[in-house]
Amino acid sequence: MNRRVVITGLGVCAPNGVGLTDFTNALLDGKSGLRHQPNLEKLGFGCQVAGEPLVKDKLIEYYFTPLERRGLNATGIVYGVIAGIDAWKDAGLEKNTTDEPSWDRGVIFGTGILGVDKFREAIHLIDEGNVRRLGSTSVIQTMASGISAYLGGLLGCGNQVTTNSAACTTGTEGIIMAYDRISQGKAEIMLTGSCSDSGPYVWGGFDAMRILPRGYNDNPTKASRPMSATAGGFIPGSGAGALVLESLESAKKRGARIYAEVLGGEINSGGQIGEGSMTAPNSIAVQRCIRNAITNSGIEASDIDVINGHLTATSKDGLEIENWSKALERKYDDFPYINSFKGSVGHCLAAAGSIESVATVLQFKEQVVFKNVNCDDIHPEILAVISESCIPRETKRHQSKIIAKASFGFGDVNACVIFKSFSKE
Amino acid sequence: MLKEEKYQKLKDIIKIYLPEDVAVTDIEQDSHFMNHLNINSANLVDIVLDVEDAFDIRLENEDMEKMQTVNDAMAIIDTKLAAK
Repeated sequence: MNRRVVITGLGVCAPNGVGLTDFTNALLDGKSGLRHQPNLEKLGFGCQVAGEPLVKDKLIEYYFTPLERRGLNATGIVYGVIAGIDAWKDAGLEKNTTDEPSWDRGVIFGTGILGVDKFREAIHLIDEGNVRRLGSTSVIQTMASGISAYLGGLLGCGNQVTTNSAACTTGTEGIIMAYDRISQGKAEIMLTGSCSDSGPYVWGGFDAMRILPRGYNDNPTKASRPMSATAGGFIPGSGAGALVLESLESAKKRGARIYAEVLGGEINSGGQIGEGSMTAPNSIAVQRCIRNAITNSGIEASDIDVINGHLTATSKDGLEIENWSKALERKYDDFPYINSFKGSVGHCLAAAGSIESVATVLQFKEQVVFKNVNCDDIHPEILAVISESCIPRETKRHQSKIIAKASFGFGDVNACVIFKSFSKE
Repeated sequence: MLKEEKYQKLKDIIKIYLPEDVAVTDIEQDSHFMNHLNINSANLVDIVLDVEDAFDIRLENEDMEKMQTVNDAMAIIDTKLAAK
C-alpha cells in the first residue's frame, strides 16, 4: 500500500508569531522574534538572546480549562497545545465529541525535554522532603509524551498517539513518521509536530558548550546569522509547530483545503563515524539522507526548486551547503533557492523542524520564498559552491513546485522531507 | 470560623475539579467526591493539597483515605483545626 498524503492543516506558536497570520507576516517581512532576555542576564549567561513565543494569558485561557491551568508550568505543553489545536481547526476538523475514539486519527508530536520548569518545582519539593506536595500533574507535565498525551486526549484520537525525540531533527522526523503511517494505510489523519520548552534550564547547556554567540546581547535581532561570514553560533529558541497530514482520499472526501503534498522523505544517522560525532554531522550520511529522500519521493534532484535548510548559523553552514550541492549534484546558478528561518526565529531545537516545516509549506500558499535575514555578508565558503542569487535576501515572488526541507541533530541524526505543490489534477 | 464559611471555602476548592457535566449546585454535604461528583482520583490528591493550603493544616495518608464525601472533608478539617 502506498497512498498519497497531503497537508490539510497548519498551526504554529513561534518566537516571531503566534498563529498563522502573525507568523506569515513576520516571515514575509523578516521580522525578528529574537529578544534580549533579562532572566538570562541575571543568571550570568554568556548569550542573553533567545527566541520565545509571546503567549498572552488570555490566549492560554482559550486553550486550557481553569483546571488544566492550575499548576501548569510546562511551556512546551502550552506551545504544543496551541499549535496542535490550531492545526486541527485549520484542517476543518472538530474535537471528537462522540463516545468512541477516532480510530483512524492519531498524534505524533515530538519534544526534546518537556516541563523543565515543572520538573524543577518537583525537585525542590522532593529535596525538602515534601514529595507529598507534588500534586497530580507533576508526571503528566514532565513525561516526554505529555504533549502527545494532552493532544490525543483533547482530540479523542484512537490511532497511534506518541512522542518522538531526535534532538533538532525531531519535528521533521515526525512528519516522515506520520507520512509513513498514512501512506501504509494504518491511519487516515495524523497530527504531527513538535515543541520545545523555554528558559534557562533548556538553553543553559548550550551556553555552557560555548556554541551560542555572546556579542549580540545589545543587538538581539542581529544575533542569528545563518550563512553569514559573521555567523557566530545559533540563538536558542522555543515554541511549537504542527501539521495535519491526511490521506488524499480522506482530504478529498472531506473537501478539505490542501496546502501541499508530502511526497516522502528519509531519516538516517551517520553513526557518529568518520567526521560524525555526537555533535557533528557525518557528511556521507547527510548526503545519503537527501538523496534517498529524493528517490523515495519519486522525483529527480533537478525537480527541487527551493530548499529550506537546517542552517543554524554556526561554522557548519558552509558544510551543509556543500552537502546539499553534492547530494543534488547542482551548484552555482543551477542550485535551488535556499533559505533558513533561524535568522528571525532562532533555533527552536526540538521544535525547529516543525516550525520551519510550517513556514516552508506556507511558501506554497503565499507563492513566495521567504527572505533570509542577517546574511548580507554571505560566507565565502558558501559562495564557492552556490551563487549569491540562490539566497534571497528579500522575500521573493515564486511559485514553488517542490521544496526539500532537512533537519539535522545531535547524535548525528538526519531527516529530509519533500513537499510538492498541490494542484487539483 | 463558622461552619457555613468553612463549607463555602471547601466548595470553592472543589468546584474547579468538577467535570463539565457536574454543576457547582450539585455539591451537597453528603456528595461522594468520586461517585457523585465524578472527580477523578488523581484530582482528589490536588483537593487535599488545596485544603491544606486554605485551612493551614496538614492531612496524613489515613485522613486522605477517610475523605470520601464532602462531609468527611468537613469533619477532618474540624478535627485538624481543633488540634491546632
